[in-house]
Formats: sequence, structure tokens, C-alpha cells
Amino acid sequence: MEKVNVIIDGLNLIAKSGKTILDVATENGIYIPNLCHHPDLIPTGNCRMCMVEVEGRRGQIIACKTPVEDNMIIRTESQDISLIRQTTLELIHSNHIQDCTNCHNNNQCKLQEVTAYVGVNEKRLNSLRRTKPLIEKDESNPFFTLDHNKCITCGICIRTCNEVQGTNALDYGYRGFETVVSTFGNRSIKESVCESCGECVVRCPVGALYPKDEKLPTREVKSVCVYCGVGCNIYFGIRDNKLVSARGDRDSIVNKGRLCVKGRFGFNFVNHPERLTKPLIKKNGEFTEADWEEALDLVAKKFASSKGDKFATLSSAKVPNEDNYVIQKFTRAVMGTNTVDHCARLCHAPTVAGLVQSFGSGAMTNSIDEFTNAATIFSIGSNTTAAHPIIGLHIKEAKRRGAKIIVANPKEIDLCRFADIHLQQLPGTDVVLLMGMMKVIVDEKLEDSGFIKNRCEDYDDFIESLNKFDLDTCEKITRVPKEKIVEAARLYATNKPSSLIFAMGITQHSHGTDNVLAISNLAQLTGSVGKESSGVNPLRGQNNVQGACDMGALPNVYPGYQKVTVPEIQEKFEKYWDVELNADIGLTHTEIFDQIEKGQIKSLYQVGENPVLSEADANHVKKVLDKLDFFVVQDIFFTETAKYADVILPATSFAEKEGTFTNTERRVQRVRKLVDPPGEARDDWQITCGIAKKLGATGFEFNSAEEIMDEINEVAPIYGGIKYNRIEELGLQWPCLDKNHPGTKFLHKDKFSRPGGKGRFFPISYKASAELPDKEYPLILTTDRSLYHFHTSTMSRRVKGLELLNEEELLLINPRDADKLNLKNEELVTVKSRRGAVRVKTNITEICPKGVVSLTFHFHETPTNELTICAIDPVSKIPETKVCAIKIEKTDHNIK
Amino acid sequence: MERSEVLKQFKPDHENMLNILHALQNNNSQNYLSEEDLKIAASYLNTTYSHIYGVATYYTMFSLKPRGKYIIRVCNSPVCNMENSTKVIEEIKKNLSIEVGETTDDMRFTLELSECLGKCEEAPGMMINEDVVGNLDNVDFKSIFDNYN
Repeated sequence: MEKVNVIIDGLNLIAKSGKTILDVATENGIYIPNLCHHPDLIPTGNCRMCMVEVEGRRGQIIACKTPVEDNMIIRTESQDISLIRQTTLELIHSNHIQDCTNCHNNNQCKLQEVTAYVGVNEKRLNSLRRTKPLIEKDESNPFFTLDHNKCITCGICIRTCNEVQGTNALDYGYRGFETVVSTFGNRSIKESVCESCGECVVRCPVGALYPKDEKLPTREVKSVCVYCGVGCNIYFGIRDNKLVSARGDRDSIVNKGRLCVKGRFGFNFVNHPERLTKPLIKKNGEFTEADWEEALDLVAKKFASSKGDKFATLSSAKVPNEDNYVIQKFTRAVMGTNTVDHCARLCHAPTVAGLVQSFGSGAMTNSIDEFTNAATIFSIGSNTTAAHPIIGLHIKEAKRRGAKIIVANPKEIDLCRFADIHLQQLPGTDVVLLMGMMKVIVDEKLEDSGFIKNRCEDYDDFIESLNKFDLDTCEKITRVPKEKIVEAARLYATNKPSSLIFAMGITQHSHGTDNVLAISNLAQLTGSVGKESSGVNPLRGQNNVQGACDMGALPNVYPGYQKVTVPEIQEKFEKYWDVELNADIGLTHTEIFDQIEKGQIKSLYQVGENPVLSEADANHVKKVLDKLDFFVVQDIFFTETAKYADVILPATSFAEKEGTFTNTERRVQRVRKLVDPPGEARDDWQITCGIAKKLGATGFEFNSAEEIMDEINEVAPIYGGIKYNRIEELGLQWPCLDKNHPGTKFLHKDKFSRPGGKGRFFPISYKASAELPDKEYPLILTTDRSLYHFHTSTMSRRVKGLELLNEEELLLINPRDADKLNLKNEELVTVKSRRGAVRVKTNITEICPKGVVSLTFHFHETPTNELTICAIDPVSKIPETKVCAIKIEKTDHNIK
Repeated sequence: MERSEVLKQFKPDHENMLNILHALQNNNSQNYLSEEDLKIAASYLNTTYSHIYGVATYYTMFSLKPRGKYIIRVCNSPVCNMENSTKVIEEIKKNLSIEVGETTDDMRFTLELSECLGKCEEAPGMMINEDVVGNLDNVDFKSIFDNYN
């Protein structure tokens, strides 16, 4: 960038052209008072505090909006400037409640700072001060208060809501003395479209927006959010062994300081009184407290009699890598079976199965911050702003920078507000939609033939399968007008770099792997993979689901995706762990429950999962759990599934342990101990090591999480160089092969990770979903997530504010379907499938198209997964939770 | 007229926002901008609900409350004021049993104050919808209002 010479207050400075006078002054330690400026926002210059004078220009100019020019001579002070600033400041003060000592923002207030610098004439101020009628504080939001009486109408909150969050909940309303920051209809914050992210609260320069229950902390420690897979970096505030505050780390490449409502305000479950604090043993049907010795003895004794095929472990995508490593090692090395799986089976198993076949690796190919520079972002089957809110912000930022957004989703999700094209396919028809797009690309010769020729194989077989997809058929099956398919295909293929995002809408189908393969075909066809800001990006759901997979909490691979069926790999682990290992691939999540039902599996060891709510056809799961001889649940709360346990072991939460989480972009980040655990809760790895030692095993003598990571470095090549001392500040992205390796920003740069280095095309045919609507069950039920809750809500519903913002399940239904059934809004109805029934209130909305209804699965009172079908994808064994047939009955018909 | 018909008369450009709001308000049988009016205008102009609300609340010619069929705007600028518009306002208030800003129960009249109507030679004056009525010092308001049904 070009440099210019400027003089500010007599100081000769060199500045980058394009920067504003205020920026240059601030960078050089020269203070210019300002109230409405924020580095994240576009300057508006409405507070009139940053007035300066420039030689040769008339009057005063605004420093925050004026770019520096070569040879500019700037004065930040003069008699005129002082007078203007002082008068303006007095006018602001005349409407501002003087309540400093009692104000949340005392000592951090920008108005105080500016007043100290500019000064006010008290006599004049008192004559100006009007007795403005007090406006009642808006206390409607559970997490923050809006006090209009302290507002200086700088507009930072309004601009934050528009520019950072893209929610547009706020604007100026009314005029003159009556001007207020207002929602649509001047309703309370809670009744507005506000998403409670708190970004406005963070930026409010005065005490007009302030958090409700936050205390100033004694100290702050940086750790990683425990909700979704984005892995936002947070400074948690600690006081009296409790978490009291959270703020985003502005230096983090992942979230750049931003947080969603769960990340910023959702940590209080850690302090919840219902945390498990002592081991519990079921005696005569009642849980009684026990000491660790007794509990571990019992667990070891029972496990000893059910080794091998009789044993299964369900590990956890919520616990750190180190814990997952120990848990899978215990299952393999001590219990003699590869039957260890976790909830990735229910979310991204087809991603791993599909992308490993086509690219050689099942992870996100790009980094999160690369989205911002993409020219086209194609999001399919991902409710990004609800499930991965901070990635949602990256997409919105890309849009502001001129990127085109294509959203393919059966529902009109929030992200559609930013979409240039919305493809509203019928649930379960993604293969047809994607193949239709590829047909257009091939017919119009928009493919990247160089990429296909040099970097891919098996193209001809794929082309043959593509010929079966003509656009008329595609339109008929998907219900997407063919013109839109054409438009989307052209955009994705030509407006590069193109980045593709997908999530559960692609994977949770009985043909989930086909969906993923169709995606990888599309990316290879257009050469949109293996490049910066261009690739295939599955958004992982849980905070450490990527890590749990990496650590080999999967039945077919050891840590680092090393196959259990390869003799050399088995030998390597046998040598390292000094045991004989089982060469047979273990059972998957869904197969485990089948084998329990058949009486084959006798003991189940389950860490941090809640299948009674999360598994498809949940009634089946409940029946099956009753059949177990011995069931150990290791968790932080007494979950719906814990009721079925014989022993419950209290574990530490993310806030009480050291370790690492691997986020969705393969970045391994440090999780740090913030507070002491409640009662006798122990780290998961310590508990598992305790059981192993009771069973006489060796290789479990770890003293710290770091020692476990040292072992991971040795056995998993992709984690070879990930050492704690390297990731204290910024996480490393695998593959990171040795201690000098810088990590990998995006995958498949010059060659794919498949053996041979080529990407592979797959021929694909369309398979309809297992259960389609019919006369008896005429509607399609699809499942979704809420921004305010996470998974089965074990954590989020123990945060009072999140519970208040989303108190109950609502069935989203199109007005035309509601009319046909004569339903009113918020009417209690019974939703029935062939497997179960759930009573829930309606929310009549255009979000759902005709014929499709939607539920989340966050609420135990309305267990959605009692309705869903356990039709599984033959390759990845994922159940089809995105499509099943249901009917709706008015509830008054059912009251007997 | 359907709202969509009203919108069709204008290009969906930001500069047409005020014209659109006026047209929607005039089209509304209760002489105001309902939330539905504001939402449809926001969608048509591809702007946010909160922004259109800010604009509608900024200008006094827009009302967000249902108003009568006839809007009485009494001039309260200096000339009319010197000619005792205060008394005029009081008389009208008494006659219609409403305060300034209110609407009669039968939804016929809404009483508002206005800046100069440009009819100073006939001060004190008022407007009833598009009609200007001046020289209000000694008039029978009832007989004037009876003309508006």
C-alpha cells in the first residue's frame, strides 16, 4: 500500500494511504476524543467529537471519516475545536443520567474518558440539563439490560447489529429529543428479532447496554467454547471458583472476538447445583452414593466378565482428545474389542465414509477464515446461523465483501436472507439436485477439464451415471425450478473461488454417503477443492467431534485414521501398547444397540452421551438399554439416559480440566482448567485409567493430559507435531507431522490424501428416502436445531437465560398444511409416526414449505427421536433422522 | 387496493421509500401505517424492518396508530397562534370530545396540530384532509364537521 507523509500536531508521520486521520493518530499514540467510533464498524461520524483542523481546509473536519492525504497538516486542538467539542459534549450530558458510581460501565466508560479530556462547563451544563422523563429499562432479555436513559445515541449497537451480526434488530426510532434506539414496533428486545449474541453489549461505550449477571472477575483464563464445532476462543472470568464472565478473544483467527449467545452467556451450567458430584450405584432400583473405590471395583469386576464381543464403548464428542484417546485405548487394549463409537455416527459418518473414498480425508478442506475471501459460497443442508453461528458470521462477512451465496435447504432458514439463490429442494432429494447442477456444468462445458485430467480418476463412470439426470426429472423430484438449478450451477462453476459447506441436511439420510459423494464429484468437476477459499467443508457439530474421530473413537480406525484391518498398523499398536489387539472391525453406534437387543453385548460403557434423546427411533433404544447386564454412564449431569445405568461416574466439565479440542477446521486448541471440579468429579481420562488399572492393565499411568498428548504424538502421525508448548496461543491444524511442521491450512493442495494422490469420481444413482409420505402419514418430518440450545440440551437447558429464550418445542408447519388440518397457531397437536407420538404446539410459518414439518430434538418433554426412523445408510450406518413420514392429529381428539 | 398493487406503482428503490409509505398510508382504510404495511414496504425495498420503522417514526406525517377518516390539522404556527389558535383547539377538543392526537370513537375525526399551512391571511386556520378552512375565530364547528361523514 502506498505511503503518505502527514503532520499531526507538529509530528512528522508516515502513514498508509487510505487510513483515516483517526486511525493514523491512534496508531501513533495521539489521542483524538471520539464516542461513536469502533474499529470493527464503518465510521459514521455522528458524535462530532473527533473534529480536527486541516491546513488549507475550511472549518473542522471529522477525523474518523477523512482519509489521510500526502502532506496533510493536521491539528487536533484549537480554540474552535475545544469550543465545538465542549458544547456538543454538554448537549450529550444534558440528556445522560449522571449515575456513574452505580453504573456497570464505571471506569470503562467512553463518555467519562472523553469528558475527562474535553471538560464541561458545569454552570452551562446545569442550565442545559432537562428533566427528561425516565424511560423504563428494558429488562426483557435474560442476559442483558437496555437502559435508554444512559444511551448517547452513538449508534454503535445499531451498526453492530447490522454490520457484525447481520440481524438488524435495532435502528434509530422517533426524532429530536425523543430519539431512541428502537426495535421494530419499539417492542422489548425479547420480542424483537434479536439473537442475544451480546455483540452490541460488548461494544456499547457507555452503560446503556450491560450484561445482567456478569461480575468483574478476579482473573481470566483463555479456553475454548464447549458448544459447537467452530471452537471459538474465549477468555473466561473466574471469581470465587466460579465462572462469572466470558469474552471473545479478539486475536483468535477462529472467532475474531465474536461469540454467539451460547458461547457468551451459556457457561453457567458449570456452576449448576445438579452437577454429579459422587459416584452412584444402583441398588434395588435406587441410586445410592458410593465412594470411588467401591464404584471402580464394581465396574472393573463387571467389565472383567464381559470382555471382547460382549463389550461396547460409546465415547464422547464433548470430551477432549486426551480423554477420547484413553477411552479408545482402554476399549481396544484392555477390553479386546474395536467396538468403540461415538455420536459422529449420528452426524458426520457419511462425510468420513464419503470423503475418505473420494479425497482421502474426511475433514473440512479449508480453514474457517478462508470463507471470507470466497467468491461463491454454496451452503447445502446446513442451518449455519443456528448450528454454527460464528461461521454464519464469516458467510455474512463474505457477502458484504461481494461474495454470492447459494443456499440449498428445504426450509427458508435465516441464512436465506443473505442468499442470492435459494434452492428449496424436498428433503432427501439432494443427490438429484447436485447431479442436476453437474449435468448443467457438463452440458455447458463449464467443468475444469485440466483439474479433472491431472488430479482425478474414474471420471468416465461418473459421466455415464450423470446422463440419467435430465433437468425435467430433477425439477420434478426436487421441486426446484430448473432455471434455478441452472443459475446455481453456473454461479458455482464460474464465480470462483467457490467454497461448499454442508452439514446434517446432507448426512442424516439412508443415502448420506451418496450425498457426500455427489458433493465431492461437484467440487472435483469444477476444480473447486484443494485451493485457498475453495473446497468441501463439512461443518462438524460438537465441540470435539473432529477430535473424537481423530483419536480413533471409531470402530474401524486407530488414532489418526489408521485402519484396524491393516496388519502392519495393528502390529505397530500392539508393540506400542504392549498387548495383543483384535483385528476385526468393531460395531457402530446403531449396530451396538442391535447387538444389545440380540443379547450379544452385555456391558456398555458410555461417556458423555444421551442416546435416549439423540438416537433415531428412541423408543427402541430405551427398550434395548433395559436388556443390558451392566451399564456404566460417565457424565456431568444425570441425563435421560443415566436413568438406565447401573453405575454413574461423575466427570469434570470442560471448565475443570486440561486438554485439547479439535475444531471443525482441524485446529487443535488448548482447553484449560478454569475452576475446581464439583465434589468428587474426576477427569474422564482419570476415571478410565482407574478402571484399566483395576483390571490389571499397564499403559495407563498418565499423570497429566499433556503426557497423554505426548503418546498421541507418537502413535498418530497427523498429530505428530502437536505439542502443548506450540499451541498455547494459537492452535495447530492437522496434518502436523513433526515438531517443526507448521500445520495445514487447507487440504489436498497439490495432491489428494488418497493412496496415489488422485481424487476419485463416483457414479451415483438416486435412492429415495426410506419412508416417504403416504395416505396415512402424509407429511415429511425433518429435524433441525435451535440457536439457543445444543443437542439434547443437557447443558443449555441448565442455563436459565437460554431456557427463557427458547422454552419449548414448536412444530413448524406451513400455513396451507395448517389450514387443511384446521390448526391454529400454538395449538397443542399430536405428531405421530409409525414408531411413536409426541405432543407439541404448532408454529404456523412459511419457513417450512407445504408438505414438510420440522422439529428440533432439544426437549426431553417432546422427544422428537421417538418419531424418527432408524433406516441406516449401508456404508456409514447413519440413521435417517432428516426424513420420515408423520401425521398430525388435533389433540382434543385424543383426550379420553 | 391490495398492497401489492400500491407497491407496483413504484420502483423498489430506496429513494421511493417515503412515497411508498405515503401511498400505503393513504390506501389504509384507517389512515395509518399498520405493521403489515411497514413489513411489506421493507420487503419490497429490501431493507430491514427496524430501518423502515425508524423512518416511519421520524416523520410526523406518518401515523402508526389508526386514525379517523378525516384528519383535522390545526395550524399552530406563530401567525395563527397570535390569532388565538389555542382557543380554536380548545373548541374543537370540546366539540369532538377528544384530545390532540386522539380519534373520535366513531373513527371519523383525528385531531392533530400542524406547522404553517400557508394561509396566514385567513388565520386561524386548519385543514380537514385536503380542504383548507380559515377564519376560525367565530365559527360553528359542528356545522363544519357535519359536512364530513
